[in-house]
Formats: sequence, structure tokens, C-alpha cells
Amino acid sequence: MHLAYFTEQPMSAYPEEEGRKAGHTALMFSNRFYDRDAASQLYQDRITEYKLVEEVGFDGIMLNEHHNAPFCMQSKCNIFASILAAITERVKIVLLGNPLPLTENPVRLAEELAMIDLVSQGRLVSGFVRGGGTEQLAIGVNPAYNRERFEEAHDLIIKTWTEPGPWRWEGTHYQNRVVNPWALPLQRPHPRVWIPGIASRETVVWAARHRYPYVCLNTSVEDTLRVWKLYAQIAEEVGFQPGPEHRGYLLRVHCADTEEKALANARQFTWMQGEFTGLAHPVWSAPAGYNPAKQRQVLVEIAHGRRVARRDVGFEQQIENLRIIAGTPDRVVEQLRVIMEATRPGIFMIWGNDGFVTHEDSMRCIELLGREVLPAVREIAAELDLKDPFEVGAPVSEAAAQQQPSALRA
Amino acid sequence: MAVTEALPEAPEQFVEVVGEKIHWLQSGSGDSLIVLHHEIGNPGWLPFYEQLAQRFTVTVPDFPGWGQSERPLWMRSVRDLAVELNLLFDQAGVEETVLVGLGFGGWVAAEMATMNQSRCKRLVLVGATGVQPPEGEILDQFLYAHMDYVKMGFHDNDNFRRVYGEEPATEQLMDWDVHREMTARIAWKPYLFSQTLPYLLPGLTTPTLIVWGADDRIVPRSCGERYRDALPNSRLEVIEGAGHFVEMEKPDELSRLVLDFAGA
Repeated sequence: MHLAYFTEQPMSAYPEEEGRKAGHTALMFSNRFYDRDAASQLYQDRITEYKLVEEVGFDGIMLNEHHNAPFCMQSKCNIFASILAAITERVKIVLLGNPLPLTENPVRLAEELAMIDLVSQGRLVSGFVRGGGTEQLAIGVNPAYNRERFEEAHDLIIKTWTEPGPWRWEGTHYQNRVVNPWALPLQRPHPRVWIPGIASRETVVWAARHRYPYVCLNTSVEDTLRVWKLYAQIAEEVGFQPGPEHRGYLLRVHCADTEEKALANARQFTWMQGEFTGLAHPVWSAPAGYNPAKQRQVLVEIAHGRRVARRDVGFEQQIENLRIIAGTPDRVVEQLRVIMEATRPGIFMIWGNDGFVTHEDSMRCIELLGREVLPAVREIAAELDLKDPFEVGAPVSEAAAQQQPSALRA
Repeated sequence: MAVTEALPEAPEQFVEVVGEKIHWLQSGSGDSLIVLHHEIGNPGWLPFYEQLAQRFTVTVPDFPGWGQSERPLWMRSVRDLAVELNLLFDQAGVEETVLVGLGFGGWVAAEMATMNQSRCKRLVLVGATGVQPPEGEILDQFLYAHMDYVKMGFHDNDNFRRVYGEEPATEQLMDWDVHREMTARIAWKPYLFSQTLPYLLPGLTTPTLIVWGADDRIVPRSCGERYRDALPNSRLEVIEGAGHFVEMEKPDELSRLVLDFAGA
């Protein structure tokens, strides 16, 4: 089992009352409230924490990016990936991921990722995402072509990594007349691609068609199982048997020395007026054309207050139904077993600290997770036979599987 | 659709151009007058059209991708749209016409006129987008719920209610979303204006009437002034008590201006 650590890297120094006054904390919440001095210190704290993450035995560090909001300080995940490439030695650098449609030049992105893989000596896992609706507005990218750009950018990046140049790309959204970068990833045929999501059907299908692991981002157990079912259906069409190595799960888990402290800190997972990703007008989250046409009715109804968006229930209930796990190491292990048995992932992302959790408490949480929780989780994983893509040597993609001798194709 | 006040019906027709189905409404008699709709789409046969139809044969096409016209997946710019509409009216045998463009449709009309002056006898631009405002900005509809945005285009909320009702049906909201998506597909960046059109306007000698709602909160009046300054044979009129959707708020005043200008 691959066990990675994750934090959104919150800009916890933002003035909460200003967010309440503005009525939103995403996209249009003014960056005049951005505290530069605190931000610089917060980055230092994250670097110290990431070093400890490696030291205490995690297999990977998951990074992501968001824009125009205090809930995530990473506006370019490749920056922290580059830092980790240099300051860590062993952990995988798991990007979940680069929002492809936001890039105007996927070849540049392919170069950056190749450099990260080279500097880290082959430790990159290069996930790709579409980016949220607000992200399109924050970067000024046309939401109506989001999925087309995602798929074309992906195809161009994989080709850049795998087909010797120079060659020419004349696509719909991207045109590059001389593709021949002198930066290629160390891993062959290319770094692993994992696709995270919150269960958008189109993305699950796309991931399964490519044989990429799909990482459910903090979805309920029921939704997660629905994703696995859909993934398995598509895998069958493609011609492979999916296993734990194709299934990733991200879960909020906070560990502390006492139950009280763990619960108090875990409450921070619901910071920012109760909605982690900040308050945004629903029309910003679902700009016209960003979502499939069949969702149009539901989305315009939500945008006009005629339907309530499906939201997470309250903190207590999330603790109750294991959407958030908090406690001392023993208690956490006990609960993780339930989740592992129910969802059977080979890739487990532990979202450890967020909101206003202090640096000291974050360090302690990482320490406890690494030294006490992870060894027990590895035992459970062995017992449940939950292996990750590295352990089973899974082909990095369906295309790569087709290149292998038939005896090796599963 | 979803127009609440009783409107006269206008015969509708589907025509095909470049392999795509285009829907239009047509009524009246006399010389040709074509109305090009806003980016929110055409809500139906409006009193403004009916008044013009007393003197003209009025044609109101749904743009490709809007209303009941088929979506052109290939289309990437407002100039593409203008070319397709010119082809449509070539095919329809319209040799001379008055072109009336409303808001976004004003941009389309100006593009069409620069391409084919001989067809466009008279040009009317009402709250037209298409040029970058020297002062202010064109309102970004992507930051507002559809209904809020449309309401901002009215000076008086009663006028919104008269046309769309107190609570427009979900179907209307979905139509607005489809039209918003098409707007994104062809006019995302720069948003609702062209960087090159201003350089072509001085070559357009067609007599042009520019009309602005005094309370247009969507397209700054400075756009109207820029059109007036760039077009050699033009004048700018401002209608009080109107927002961006002048034809829905002040149909009598607007039709009188248009008829005086083009109907003699």
C-alpha cells in the first residue's frame, strides 16, 4: 500500500471576519487580506513538516493547487514539487495534480514535470485534473473547452514524454510546430499518472480507459464504491481486471495524543465558515460549459437558489460516518481498518492537517501517524492484500500495457 | 420563450446554411430589416419587432448555437458568426437591408457591415459590444447568476418582470445558460470586444444610428462614443429610463428612432 501525506496548505492567517463580511472566501475575496509575512512563514512550516513526513516513514507527499482562495497556498504545485525533489530523498512526489486546461502550453508543462522527475531521481507521480470552475475564472481560461483542453493537453504531454522529437502538434487547442524538449522524464515510459476526482463520471471513465488509478477525494464510502463499480465496468471493456492498485482514496485523518485534542484539531477540516473550500457563488463553481449539458438544469437551479447543493453534513456526523477520522493512534487505526475493508484502496492519501492547526500540532500529528499509525496500517494492508501500483509493477497506462509482451498483460 | 406579456405570434422558419439548421422569426411587409439579438438570446417576437414590422419585413434569426439554431461546434469567433450570417442572407437573396444590432448583436452587425457594405443600407447599433470601452468595463456575466445578470440589464425591474415574469421558469434559466456557454465559446477573450474591429470601422460609410440606454450597466456608454467617433457617418442617441435592453424597456422610443432614421 502506498501511504502519502497531504495538506491543502491553508493560508490560515487570513482575517476570518473579513471573509464573513464579504460573504465569500473564493475567487473574489480580495487579496488585500493576504498576509505576506505570515505566508512566508507558513511556507517554512510546511517545508519542515514535509521533511518530517519523509523521516517518519510515509511513502509519498501529495501536492495540489488552487487559485484565488485562502484554503490553499499552492498556486502552482510544480513549485513545491521542485522543492521536494531537492529536500527529500525517498518519498514519491505525488501531484494530484496539474490542472491541464489552465495551461496554454502543455509542452512547457511536460518539460517542467520531466525536470522534477530527473531532479528527484524518478520519484514523480504526475496526476492531472481539470481544475475547479472557479479556477477557470481565476486564470481566465475558457470553461466551455475545459474537457477538450484536458484531454488534448494530456495526449500532447504523454506524446512529448514518449515519442522522440522533433515532431509537430497541430491540435484544436494547442499548436506546437517543433516539439523536441531536451528534458525527458527519468521514469520510462513515463511517470505514473493518477487521476484524482470527486466522482465526476466522465473523469472516472476517462481514467479507466487509460488504465490510470483513480483517487477518490474524500468521497463517502457509498460514492467511492459506486466509482469502483463504474471503473470496473470500463476496465472490463478495455480488457483488464482492476485491483487495489487502481484505487486511491483520500481521507481526512488527524492524530493527537488525546482524543480531545484530536477532535478539536479535526474540527479545522471544516474551517472557513463551515465549508472547507471557502464560500463561493455556485455560478463561479460551475461556469457555463464547464460541466456536461445533462447537469445544466441542476446547476442553474443551484445557482438561483432553487435547489440546495449537496453539502457535507455537520462535523459530528462526519466523525460519526468516518468521513473525518480523529483520535489517538489506536483509535485512528481501528477506524482506518473499517475504511480500508470497505473501500480496499491500494493508494491511501492521508489528509492530516488543515485550517488553524498549529505547526506544533501538525508536527505531532505527522509524528504519530508515521511512527504509530502507518506500521499498523501496513499490516492491515498486507492482511487485506492491498497492493499499490509500484508493488505489483502495474503498467503505467493502457498504452504501456499494450507495449508489453502479452504474457505480462493482466 | 417564457415571455409573459401577450405577444403577437410571428411565423417561424428553419433554413440551412453551411450545413447547419438556423431558426428565424419573420413578419411584416416592405423592405428588409434584420434584428440581431443580445447574447442572452431572443425572448420571442417583441413589441419592438412588431412596431418595425408595420413598415418593414422584419427577420430575427437565432444565432447559430442560440435559441433553436443548431450549435456550430467549429465556431470560434464573432467574426465567424458574422461570416455565417452574411452567407445566410446571401442565400436568402437579401440584397439590401437595414441591420439592427442589439448589444452583442450590435457587434455582430458591425462586423457584418464591414464585410458587406452594399447590403447594409442603414446600420443601427443599440448598446453594442464589440469595441473595448475607453472608460469602464463590459460587465462580466460569468460572475453573476443568469437572472441577476439579466436584471442588471434593465433600468426598471418592473420591465424585467413584464418580459420574463417574477420568477422565470427553469427552462428560461437553462436557455440563458446555453447562450452563456455559446458566448464563452466565441467571445471569451477578449470578453465581448474585438481588438481589430475599431481599425476597420472608419472604412464603413453606411449611415449609422447608435443608441444607448441612459442607465446601461452592462456596456458602458463610452463604447457608443467610440463607435460614433470611429464611424464617419454616425450619430449617438441616448434614451432615458432604459438600461442595456433598450428594446424591451423602451420599445416605442427605440422603434420611433429607428423608423425615423431608416423608414423614410
